[in-house]
Amino acid sequence: MTTWHEDGSTLVLPPKAAVTASAWRHHHILDLDDFTADEIELVLHIADSMKEVLARPVKKVPALRGRTVMTLFYENSTRTRLSFELAAKSLSADVSNLTASASSITKGESLIDTLLTLESLGADVVIMRHPQSGAPNLAAQHIKGSVINAGDGWHAHPSQALLDMYTMKAHKGAVKGLKVTIIGDTKHSRVSRSNIWGLTIMGAEVTVCSPPTLLPVGLREPGDNFPRVRIEPDINKAIAGADVVMVLRLQLERMQTGLLPSMREYIQIYQVNEERLKLAKPDALVMHPGPMNEGLEISSGVAHGSQSVVNEQVTNGVAVRMALLYLLAGGKKA
Amino acid sequence: MKPILIKGAHIVDPSQKLNAVGSILIEEGKIAWLGTGNQKPPTDGYEVLDGKNLIAAPGFIDLHCHLRDPGQEGKETIATGTKAAANGGFTTICCMPNTEPAIDNRAIIDYVKNKAASEGAVRVLPIGCITRGRKGEALADMGEMAAAGAAAFSDDGNPVMNSRLMRQALDYSLAFGLPVIEHCEDKVLAENGQMNEGIISTRLGLQGIPAAAEESMVARDIALAELTGAHLHIAHVSTAGSVELVRAGKKRGVQVTCEVTPHHLTLTEEKVMGYDTNAKVNPPLRTQKDIEALIAGLKDGTIDAIATDHAPHTALAKSCEFAFAPFGISILETAFGMLMGLVNSGKIDLELLISKMTREPAAILGARWGKLGTLEVDSPADIVLIDPDKEWTVDAATFASKGHNTPLNGAKLKGKVVTTIYQGKIVFRE
Repeated sequence: MTTWHEDGSTLVLPPKAAVTASAWRHHHILDLDDFTADEIELVLHIADSMKEVLARPVKKVPALRGRTVMTLFYENSTRTRLSFELAAKSLSADVSNLTASASSITKGESLIDTLLTLESLGADVVIMRHPQSGAPNLAAQHIKGSVINAGDGWHAHPSQALLDMYTMKAHKGAVKGLKVTIIGDTKHSRVSRSNIWGLTIMGAEVTVCSPPTLLPVGLREPGDNFPRVRIEPDINKAIAGADVVMVLRLQLERMQTGLLPSMREYIQIYQVNEERLKLAKPDALVMHPGPMNEGLEISSGVAHGSQSVVNEQVTNGVAVRMALLYLLAGGKKA
Repeated sequence: MKPILIKGAHIVDPSQKLNAVGSILIEEGKIAWLGTGNQKPPTDGYEVLDGKNLIAAPGFIDLHCHLRDPGQEGKETIATGTKAAANGGFTTICCMPNTEPAIDNRAIIDYVKNKAASEGAVRVLPIGCITRGRKGEALADMGEMAAAGAAAFSDDGNPVMNSRLMRQALDYSLAFGLPVIEHCEDKVLAENGQMNEGIISTRLGLQGIPAAAEESMVARDIALAELTGAHLHIAHVSTAGSVELVRAGKKRGVQVTCEVTPHHLTLTEEKVMGYDTNAKVNPPLRTQKDIEALIAGLKDGTIDAIATDHAPHTALAKSCEFAFAPFGISILETAFGMLMGLVNSGKIDLELLISKMTREPAAILGARWGKLGTLEVDSPADIVLIDPDKEWTVDAATFASKGHNTPLNGAKLKGKVVTTIYQGKIVFRE
């Protein structure tokens, strides 16, 4: 397996993974719907090694030296962007950032033209966030480098789902067989979609609890085109016996557009609070992709309680994103 | 021009219940003679067009297409759109008024007719707006447009959301006997919608357009047609529920007719997978269950006609994020080949298909344009020759239409129009 030397340190990739890094077939990371369980497992294994790198005094390996990683964010983001940037830098890549407001995007340049510009500037990997579902798929059709979807519309946020699964695995040993309950606005949530794909591929049992106005219709009519999940509108029943309670962020605009009558009612019916959390397994994990609306979808007590792994998710995010970057660009010669 | 004899073709003309081998003599732009079997025409001195192994049918009539002229000539012109029509076997096309400016007055009806007369390859019947500027606020000058040669009225692309105004439009149309064509879509319910609402929209994270957005308007409009007694024609019916509503309306004796597009009959929402903007169309591609209901509707007479909703767009307009792409498929040149798929798989028979593209749309247009959609003697010689066995591959780059926006590029189809004759003149020949 690959070994790097720098500052006298070594990184050894775990040999256990069923799919080896050399058999990696993905050129882009657009969603998890085209991943196998072995491939997800491989990402999580490599993330383990990356986490070890991040624990060193010098948090850096040369795997992506000479490679250019560009972030292209059409939407605000704090942790995802920073996390990807740190991940790329920890692998010694050159990182450039482009934000929609600070570029010719505001002058009406098309997405494809913007991407071709990044390509001309030498981007090996473009990490992209966009408010429109499918924008990274479009990007992937037009550039030779790799595209990593850092969140597109309501569609997908694969690196978030991977770091969520990494965190679950770190605590529970395996994702397979876990009872994971996702609570909140699944309709507008790319995090929930990618988690539903990833978790079902890994063999977890997924339960979704959403207000009916915030539940995507397709979940009610399962077919081959989307994984089957259990729908449980009653939050108490949904949480009962869960290994993981994943709380989604509620956008305040949902109240304005009439999808919910009021914040007060949402809190009454759907907030994950201490009392409701007691219905889950005693060692259940509480997760949230952030940023949290404390006191709305999640009570402050639960958000910062002993079962919360919210901050750990953020830490693990860097390791998982390093693993993705390594798999996409690290194995090839610069 | 020398007379033409189409010799020994398999003639399918539902208007005369004709389905037999025979020959057709074309003289001075009209059908001069038609004989079955080995009958020979009464006169000599014609050019022979060998019809062996070919089907001869009346030229197709399209009740619904977009020629984009005036105002959006980058997408299509009357010249390119009518050439595309000719290539697809259409000899009469009705163009929708969502141009810039909209066809909402006599001057623009005249413009379209004059331009069609000078550069059009086939007959163009313009459709005038129901409301001024298609804004849904006040009735357009329907009477003046009717006098200038409008074939029908529609705000296509928009419904008339205001129920009272729609009632008034239907009432007023009674003075001219022209159909009011409604694009049935509750704009509020469908707001920001990108594709059919269902499992694929869930997977792709795209805002869905529920079937109810169409069906609720179909139900309202049928109620208004019943109230007024006017002729309501529903454009591009796409859901099983709409078919059921029209069926029930017809049963009650309401003056309602409707059309379906080739894409709604043959493609499902799965075409959108991968965010193919060329499969983005309004109404959206639906499900297999809807297709079955639409086919049943064609067969039992609930659906009167097949209309293309040809909607050309530039490549640039479609090369973008899915939500930013305009709705529409450039389809005149693939329509018949797509529909032959239904014949080849035994879902409908050829005679029914031809009827829905000739006799029945002609009946909706009425008699004022002459005898269309028929091969009767003395009618205009609008004829297509079809090779039902010809296998071909869709290549958008070869389209006469400026719009290359098809989700079928590279698809293999069986059955093709090989010759189109418009008023006795060969306007397309392969």
